[in-house]
Amino acid sequence: MTTILRLTLREAVRRRLIWALFVMTVLVVVITGWGFERFVTISHQRHLLDAEIRLGVAQLLLLVAFMFSFVLAMTAVFFGAPALAADVESGLMLGLLSRPLRRVDLVLGRWLGLAVLVIAYAALSGALEIAVTAALTGWVPPDPLGAVAYLAVEGVVLMTLALLLSTRMSVVTGGAVAVVLFGLVWLIGILARFGALLHIDALTQAGIVSQLVLPSDALWRGVASSLQAPAAVIAASVAGGQGANGFNEVFTGSAPTVAELAWVVAWIAILLAGAVVLFRRRDL
Amino acid sequence: MTAVAGPVLETPAIHTTELAKRYGSTVALTGLSLTVPGGEVFGFLGPNGAGKTTAVKLLLGLAAPSGGEAWLLGAPAGDAATRRRVGYLPELFRYQGWLTAREVLALHCELARLPRAGWGNEIAGALRTVGLERRADDRVEAFSKGMQQRLGLGVALLGRPDLVILDEPTSALDPVGRHEVRAIIRELRERGTAVFLNSHLLTEVEHVCDRVAVVDHGRVVASGRLQELLGTTGVRLRQAGLDQAALQSLGRFGRTSVEDGWLTVEGPKDEEVADLVAEIVRLGGRVYAVEPRQTTLEDRFLQLVDHAPARAEETR
Repeated sequence: MTTILRLTLREAVRRRLIWALFVMTVLVVVITGWGFERFVTISHQRHLLDAEIRLGVAQLLLLVAFMFSFVLAMTAVFFGAPALAADVESGLMLGLLSRPLRRVDLVLGRWLGLAVLVIAYAALSGALEIAVTAALTGWVPPDPLGAVAYLAVEGVVLMTLALLLSTRMSVVTGGAVAVVLFGLVWLIGILARFGALLHIDALTQAGIVSQLVLPSDALWRGVASSLQAPAAVIAASVAGGQGANGFNEVFTGSAPTVAELAWVVAWIAILLAGAVVLFRRRDL
Repeated sequence: MTAVAGPVLETPAIHTTELAKRYGSTVALTGLSLTVPGGEVFGFLGPNGAGKTTAVKLLLGLAAPSGGEAWLLGAPAGDAATRRRVGYLPELFRYQGWLTAREVLALHCELARLPRAGWGNEIAGALRTVGLERRADDRVEAFSKGMQQRLGLGVALLGRPDLVILDEPTSALDPVGRHEVRAIIRELRERGTAVFLNSHLLTEVEHVCDRVAVVDHGRVVASGRLQELLGTTGVRLRQAGLDQAALQSLGRFGRTSVEDGWLTVEGPKDEEVADLVAEIVRLGGRVYAVEPRQTTLEDRFLQLVDHAPARAEETR
């Protein structure tokens, strides 16, 4: 297992994947940092209250996190979809598995290597963005570490799904299925929150089912609840306070429950076990 | 796993009984039964789609059989410990392009669980054998197809395996490379390594194999030592001056036929050929040329796959 883990990490370094992600992260942080700085400067010029500026920054940071969560999900799918399928398609797998290498070790080694990459990317990018925002605006979200952790696990969830699909599907097909499923679950999550507001049970039930299939929305709610402005800040804000409150209820929802988080852990374990079983039975 | 395959006293390198593989409704291998003795070079022949590569994958545990059994070096096919003693060059050879040749070999030393202290010698030996010493530290992605195939052969030779399975090992090589591969295969035989050679190149098989099996429609249609498989030998003589009675009297040397001035006599042993020539001269004939006539593997192969019998023809 450790051989494949090291091979996976080595490939990421050798193929400059890590450097590419690092450069793109710096680019995003620089551009968003410039945006935050401009927002604060202009807000001060217009004599907005500090609470209103903090609320604005918090909402903008939430928007950045939302977009980053999409980018991370796509990146995780790009990592996971070729994890096994690419080597099967190229024939590289024949050489690897003709050696005394158990398929379970190959799957787990590959998953572990990719999980390290996804977590490192999410943690470094998320932490850098929050730190730069804090330095430029003075706004520190209520739970920055929690937000980064939720982001990282969301990435791992998507990567695990894509890896499971790559045991039987081609790179393109597995990747497409994972992306569509992610989008679908996110959409159902929003509809479910509308359903909760409007007391439409069918939508709420659909939300629960979608979370059982792919618990990414619960993790996004974890990210959002860790980043959003506390009630006191919203209440102190004259402009947009009520709007932000309503927006957040539908767009971000509430923090995931312990049961939901437990399901995330179990879900990852179940999918990983499924990937091992499916790949062990696959004819090369 | 130290289980011993039963039917022969000495553990064969490969033994299969009615090995079958079905992909959905497609039958890739009907019932492959063959034995590859240890230390010999075994040619595995068959037309496209005969099931050769499928058989190799079943032997290595890369695919699961639908029926039958396969044993490698005395252990069931797919046994992880046995794979330490097997080298394999896939038909679809592909190695990590972002690694150097030396790093690919090191990776396979690690995967084969060879003692780390011996990696240096193993890698140097493999690079030398396949002629890649000067490109050892170049990335594989910069290699030509032929060089990648050489690298694959080097990978298969790591750890001095007891059995080397080569699936079309010269498909990307030039004539010089093919000649070198033949020399490597002979060296392997000399050191007691069994070689299972899956190849379309019949002349290549004819040059190096001790024994061959021909598969068609997923089943062995003939197998045995090369000479036995090729059948009777004969001699062709360009001659003149013999009448019908004289020709008939030569029947004691073997079956005779005449075509375009060439007399073909099937069956005489080498030492009888001189007597045959002397007899022709004694009968008043004149001999202008004498050449051995032997069925080529290609002739025999075409006979077998064009008119494949329903049951295996064992020529041993």
